[in-house]
Amino acid sequence: MFEFHNVTKIYKNKFTAVKDINLKIEKGSFSFVVGKSGAGKTTLIKLLIKEVNPTEGTIFFNGEDITYLSSRRIPLHRRKVGVVFQDFRLLNKKTVYENIAFAMEMVGQSPKSIRREVPNVLSMVGLSDKATNFPNELAGGEQQRIAIARAVVNRPDLIIADEPTGNLDPETSNEIMKIFSEINRRGTTLLMVTHDRTIVDMMKKRVIELKNGRIIRDTEEGDYYEGF
Amino acid sequence: MKASRIFNHTIKQGFQGIYRNRTMSLASVGSVTAVLVILGLIIMIILNVSAISVSTKEKFDEIYVYLDDSITNQRIREIGEEIGSYEGTLAVVFQSKDYALEKMKEEWGEDGRLLEGLVNNPLPNTYVVQLRDVSYASALIKHIEQKDGIEEVKYYKDIVEKLISTAEFIQVFGVIVIIILLLVSIFIIQNTIKITVASRKVEIELMQYIGASNGFVRGPFIFEGVVLGCMGAFLAIIVVLNGYDYLVSYSNEKLFSMLSVYLIPANMISLDILIIFVTIGVGIGILGSIVSLRKFLSV
Ligand SMILES: Nc1ncnc2c1ncn2[C@@H]1O[C@H](COP(=O)(O)OP(=O)(O)OP(=O)(O)O)[C@@H](O)[C@H]1O
Ligand SMILES: [Mg+2]
Repeated sequence: MFEFHNVTKIYKNKFTAVKDINLKIEKGSFSFVVGKSGAGKTTLIKLLIKEVNPTEGTIFFNGEDITYLSSRRIPLHRRKVGVVFQDFRLLNKKTVYENIAFAMEMVGQSPKSIRREVPNVLSMVGLSDKATNFPNELAGGEQQRIAIARAVVNRPDLIIADEPTGNLDPETSNEIMKIFSEINRRGTTLLMVTHDRTIVDMMKKRVIELKNGRIIRDTEEGDYYEGF
Repeated sequence: MKASRIFNHTIKQGFQGIYRNRTMSLASVGSVTAVLVILGLIIMIILNVSAISVSTKEKFDEIYVYLDDSITNQRIREIGEEIGSYEGTLAVVFQSKDYALEKMKEEWGEDGRLLEGLVNNPLPNTYVVQLRDVSYASALIKHIEQKDGIEEVKYYKDIVEKLISTAEFIQVFGVIVIIILLLVSIFIIQNTIKITVASRKVEIELMQYIGASNGFVRGPFIFEGVVLGCMGAFLAIIVVLNGYDYLVSYSNEKLFSMLSVYLIPANMISLDILIIFVTIGVGIGILGSIVSLRKFLSV
């Protein structure tokens, strides 16, 4: 799916956020990225979606070198990656339906496929009956499900979630994880940054742990803490 | 992506941006209008001063020698001969004071009737001297100026030179003022667009994460700038052309009777003004938007 070769990111203020990262994520896999605050997890995501360029190293995505992309090609790359944020980032002036349709409009999908796909993803996240509601009329978990629907509606190869359950209670978090599992089961690669120990321990997936910008642990079917 | 879909999106978002922050939009349009009105003023002044200096230039090689009213015909003839015998003189033509008055009546047209009430003709007898070459002018003037019976020697070269140097000054000064004003209005447009960008920051970042093309993200803002610039330009065109037309119709006859010059008629320059103003208006709009997007769109 994607590979990091000796990737280092030093921000303009000379701060080294990730250091010498080597990482290979397989197509169709489900992996967690864990680590303390400031460990470099979000920076890893920003490198993947080309929000920042690496200072050193090479990044491959679907076999293509994406270390440096022209500003024309960045949008095309981003269409292959769906992102889910901790704070949902829904547009409050648009209905649930419009929020998802927006993502399709922005990449130039036809009105016909929008009418077909939006109800599909809404039913996948179990919110068909909320299509005409506005985001702030919904519970946090429901809002996050809308955000997930929006991330998958353009059929990306990879879904990245940065602490998607950070604002949710444990029960709601479990529902969200069921949706992610289902998306992954259908073939989409998933990479999830989380601080949620319960989720990681329950899912038994690959765990990549960062500390001070370096990978200090990378285990298949791992736990949140090493050795548990 | 289908062109029509991009087009619709750009126009809809663009007008929405203008409407949602109307106050700043108004300020932008106003600033573009103000800049262009002042630009128009400067253009009008430059054009007319140049035109006037050209038409005055035709009198370049003529020297007008005004004679004292009290001298005898004998002395008038003597002066004529003296001027005629000067080496720089090509031709000398005598214009009697009566002829001069007739000519003036003709030139004044309607207002000419005002002259009929005159008891004494105030105009002097005049020799109009045609020079072989402009370079003889100052020598000839010196030669005849102190002679008896000469009231005044008038030579238009001074006026022309003054006009030209004034025109040059106005041009340089005008260009500086215009550049400053252009920068100011680009700055104001940039701030207007910045507010639109800021008010839609969440949406724009989202668009960028989703993978909307750069044109799709930026188009509406560029369009917004263009619309603001165009609106400013059209307002300025209306103000400048009407104002100038009014000025011309109000002042032309008086100006002619005073200085025997005409202002350039408004309809002769309206197309140029239209083209110049719309180009500059659109230019300011695009530049303002681009500067703003450079500064405030980062993801
Ligand atoms: N744009 C930036 N400029 C300078 N330093 C930055 C920038 N972005 C992040 N950093 C620094 O890089 C380090 C890693 O940041 P990052 O956001 O990747 O951490 P994180 O692991 O996602 O933390 P958290 O769990 O709190 O989200 C932090 O110390 C942060 O201060
Ligand atoms: Mg983070």
